[in-house]
Formats: sequence, C-alpha cells, structure tokens
Amino acid sequence: MSVTTTALPIRNTPARPWLTAIIVWALLLTVPIWLPMLGGYTALAGRVLVLGLAAMSFNLLLGFTGVMSFGHAAYFGLGAYGAGLTLKYLTASTPLAMLGGIALGGLAGTLFGLLIVKRRGVYFAMVTVAFGQIAFYVAYSWDSLTGGYDGLRGFSRAPIDLGFTSIDIVNNDKIFYYFLLFVFAIATALQGLLLASPFGRTLLAIRENERRARFLGIPIERHIWLSFSISCCFTALAGSLYALLNNFADPMGLHYSLSGEIVIMTVMGGMRAFWGPLVGAAVFVVVQDYISSMTVNWMSFVGLIFVLVVLFFPRGILGMLQRGSVK
Amino acid sequence: MLQLVLFNVTNGLIIGAFYVLMALGLSLILNLSNVINFAHGNFLALGGYIAFVLTPYIGFWGALLVSPILTALFGFIIERLMIRRVYNRDPVYSLLLTFGLAFIMQDACRYIWGPNGLPMTIPDILSTPLSPDLFFITWYRIFMVAIVIAAVAGLFAFLRYTRVGIRIRAGTLDLDTVAVLGVNVGLLRSFNFAVGSLLAGLAGVLAAGQIGLNPNMGDDLLMPSFIAIIVGGVGSLTGTLLGGLLIGVAGALTTVVWPAASEAVIYVIMLVVLILRPRGLMGEEGMLT
Repeated sequence: MSVTTTALPIRNTPARPWLTAIIVWALLLTVPIWLPMLGGYTALAGRVLVLGLAAMSFNLLLGFTGVMSFGHAAYFGLGAYGAGLTLKYLTASTPLAMLGGIALGGLAGTLFGLLIVKRRGVYFAMVTVAFGQIAFYVAYSWDSLTGGYDGLRGFSRAPIDLGFTSIDIVNNDKIFYYFLLFVFAIATALQGLLLASPFGRTLLAIRENERRARFLGIPIERHIWLSFSISCCFTALAGSLYALLNNFADPMGLHYSLSGEIVIMTVMGGMRAFWGPLVGAAVFVVVQDYISSMTVNWMSFVGLIFVLVVLFFPRGILGMLQRGSVK
Repeated sequence: MLQLVLFNVTNGLIIGAFYVLMALGLSLILNLSNVINFAHGNFLALGGYIAFVLTPYIGFWGALLVSPILTALFGFIIERLMIRRVYNRDPVYSLLLTFGLAFIMQDACRYIWGPNGLPMTIPDILSTPLSPDLFFITWYRIFMVAIVIAAVAGLFAFLRYTRVGIRIRAGTLDLDTVAVLGVNVGLLRSFNFAVGSLLAGLAGVLAAGQIGLNPNMGDDLLMPSFIAIIVGGVGSLTGTLLGGLLIGVAGALTTVVWPAASEAVIYVIMLVVLILRPRGLMGEEGMLT
C-alpha cells in the first residue's frame, strides 16, 4: 500500500505551504491593530474567525474527503444551542459551555452520519439538508426550552478562571478576540495534524478515487462516517463560539440558508486549500456586512455572489493564486 | 370527530397534492440532470405571480393555462444560460448555483411585487363550499385536486407514450447510451427542466388561489418535497408521488391528535425510512446513491 501512495503524489498544498500559513497568522494576530484603521470593528473579525472555523471544518468533508454535505448549519446551530443551554441552565463556565456545544452537535452528527454513509453525491446533500431542518424545527417549536422563533437569550459568556488569575473575556473585546483566536488556533492545528496523518491521507485517497481506495481494502463507509463526525464536532465548536460571541443562539443559525453560506465561503476561498475556507469566510462576511448596510435587497447581491463564483471562479481565491503549483 | 378527521384528511390530500407537484418536478430534474433545484420553490412563486399579473387580462382560466407555460419558458432559459454549464462539474456547483438563483428570484419577487401578501381572485363558482355540512370542502379544493390528478396523469402518460418522454426515462437510467444513440442530450435536459418548471408554475397558480401570494410562498414546500423524494426513493417518480401523498396525509392526521408535531412527523417518517429502507419505498438499489 505504501508503494501505491508514494507512486501517487497527491498535491494539496501550495509549493510553499509555510508562506500562506505565516501570512494568515500574521494578519490574524494583528487584527486589533489594523482593522480599526480600515473602519472595521473587532466583533466583525470574531465573526470571520467563527464562520471561518465552521467552513474549514466543513471542508474536511467537502475538500478533503470529497463528500458533499449541505446541512452543516444544523451542527453549527446545535453547537450554539448546546453552549447557550449549558450557560443558561447548568453552569456559568465558558469552557464547559463549549464542551456542551461540541457534545450536542457532535453527537447529532455522529448518529446521523451512521444513516447516510452509503449515500453519495447530490443524494447525500439532499438527505443532509433535510436532516438539518429537523434541528431547525425542534429549536423553532420547543418554545419553553429554546425560546422558539426569538432565539435563546438570557445567557452570557463567563470570565475564564485559571485559578491564579481570571481572563476577562466578557467586557474586553480585544481579549475576547484573542480568546477566539486561541481556540481557532488549537482547532486548526488539530485539523492540520489530522489531514497530515495516515487517516487524513486515506481520506484524500477516497476523494481522489473511491473505487480504487475500496479495492485497496480501505473501509470506505467507516472513514466517511468518522470524517463526517469529526467535521460535525469542529463545526459544533464553531457554533458554540458563535453563541459566546453574540450571547445569543437563534434558529436561523440552524437554517439551511446558513449551510449554503458555509458552502459558498468554502468554495469561494478555495476548497482544495487548507486556508481557503477562512479566506472565503473573510471575504463573504465583510461583503455581506457591507451590502446589508447599503441596501435592503442584499439577498440579490448574495445570490449574485453564489452565481458568479460558480460560473466564473469555481477554483476559489486561493485556488487561483495557486494555479501554478497544482497541475 | 369524524368530521374533524375528514377535514384533516382532505387538508392532507391537498397539501400532499402540492408536495407531489413540487416533488415530481424536482425529481424529474434530479433524475435526468443530477441537479437539486433549490430554486424550485421560487419557480412556484413565479408561476403564482405571473398568474396574478395575467388574471385581469385573460381571467383566471386563461392564467391557469398560460402562467405554467411562461414559467416553463423561464425555466428553459435559465437552464440554457446557467445550469447546463455545471452539469459536468462537482455536484457542489449545481447546488450553489440554484441556491444563489433562489436568493435572487425571491428578492426579485419582493422587489417587483412587494414584501406583503397579495390576494388572488378566483371565480365565484369555485369559492363556494360543497354543502353546509362539508363547509371545509370548497369547489376550489375539489378543482385543485382534479387539476393535480390530471397533471400527474398527463405527466406519466407523456413519459410513457411519447418519444421525448421515453428518452427522458432512458436518460435517467443511462444518459451516455442515450447520447451515443444520437439523441441531443443537451436539449433533452433543457426540455426536461422546462417540464419540471411547468409543474412548479402550475402548483404556484393553484397555491395562489388557495393561500394568496407572497415572495417566499414556495419555501415551505421545498423541504417537504425533498423528503417526499427521499421517502419515495430517488429515481422513481411513482415513489415520489406516493411519498408526497404519504407525508401530506400523515402530517394532517397528526394535526388531529397533536397539532404541534404535524411538521415534525414528516421528518420522523424520513428517518424511519432511512433506517429501515435506505433506498426509499420505491427506490431501486444503486440508483444515484
């Protein structure tokens, strides 16, 4: 098997993988310095980080396993509700809230993944989007627990208590941004390690040629199920951060239109590039923020972004920058 | 109690009829072109609005005839201009394309006709109830069900007996072979997309007469239509028909005992089918999966 893998160089990384990473981290670490100069605000950068993490988690499936889920908003939203419910009803602890979010979203994804691992292509997408709407309806209808249409309110992120000192992420925007960045760094580092591991390389093999991978004796269904579950856990983590960011969780965070937005961020940034979804999220969030402040017809413009990206920029931003190095 | 059950079964059949019209169009496009048309609900709304515009000039009956045809024409043009460009690419692109199209069409309807609901006038004869006892069954409802039955029968006859229909069915099974046999597959797909849009437009006119018009009138039908296809089995139009009626009636009957769960029950049905019979009620093994 190792002979085959070395004979088949699958290149997903740019020629200089460290360069992109260094640029990304340099920009992310200095956000509080340069963003206000451009007229942005720190909460916007928080949104980019959170949705970027969601899109990168989603891309574990789409870009690196080759499986098309169109219902990832469900796990994002479940993560948000999990965190919100933990903070509101159980305990005022930010780390436990994040765990609660991951548990709720990850569990739902893991169980549902079992039902769909044999589906492929558009059918996989259709089943995932329909399942995503279950979570939407539960959150929407279960008024007494989730606040229904108005969303879950009445909770707030808590300072992080390290024993000897406590970090005030509640009132200080910048410290909260660095807290988000810290979690983002751990999550993306784990994703990078995962993709570099034999398991991650196997996922690439499945993406490139499922039939050949099956002939090599790789248990395809189990790998896709694991990849789906892991992707859902990370997406739920992003969702729980979203609840902490807004001190709010609403059913629209579960709606399939958010699933579509996660997909377009990923494709727009470049689904074959590790950092692509983050770039896509940054562009999408900033453009959407700008357009919705300019016109009530923002939906047309967002729709236009979808159409233009699909028809004219299918490789995404990083995909085009890397044109020279791939193929 | 009997009246209540009857009332809800009638409701369920009518809702189911709408699911069926939507889902059959979606299913046609999905089977032949491997595209999920997220904008299908917006084609439905467009059909309704076109009928709304035409009614003052050619009356309800004329609009009922012309509006679906114009919707089909619109679908044909959209397919030619955009959707066929993504056929040979990763499925993610067709999903994103129709998704963006749905946003644009919904916003366009809102921009042109306003965000608020508009009433649609239907002929007086249709708005009277059958009898005082059966007050909930207006002639319009009977008429709607009759039209849907006629449309579905027409569709199945078209697919079974006409040359184009047979080619569509053959293409569903093996498009490459059909292409090799000399059929213009590109045109076939465009036409097939138009037929799907026609059904959506027809559903739009009928829905407008029942509940009035608003820009997102098709949205609530989209998800149940997906579920009708999943429950019925991908690749089988008969399955889609059964699936649509099943979830329509099941939802309505649940309203009798537990109104809050009427929406949830269709999702439960989907999960049960996925667990017990993953390929759907009538789906063939290995089809599109």
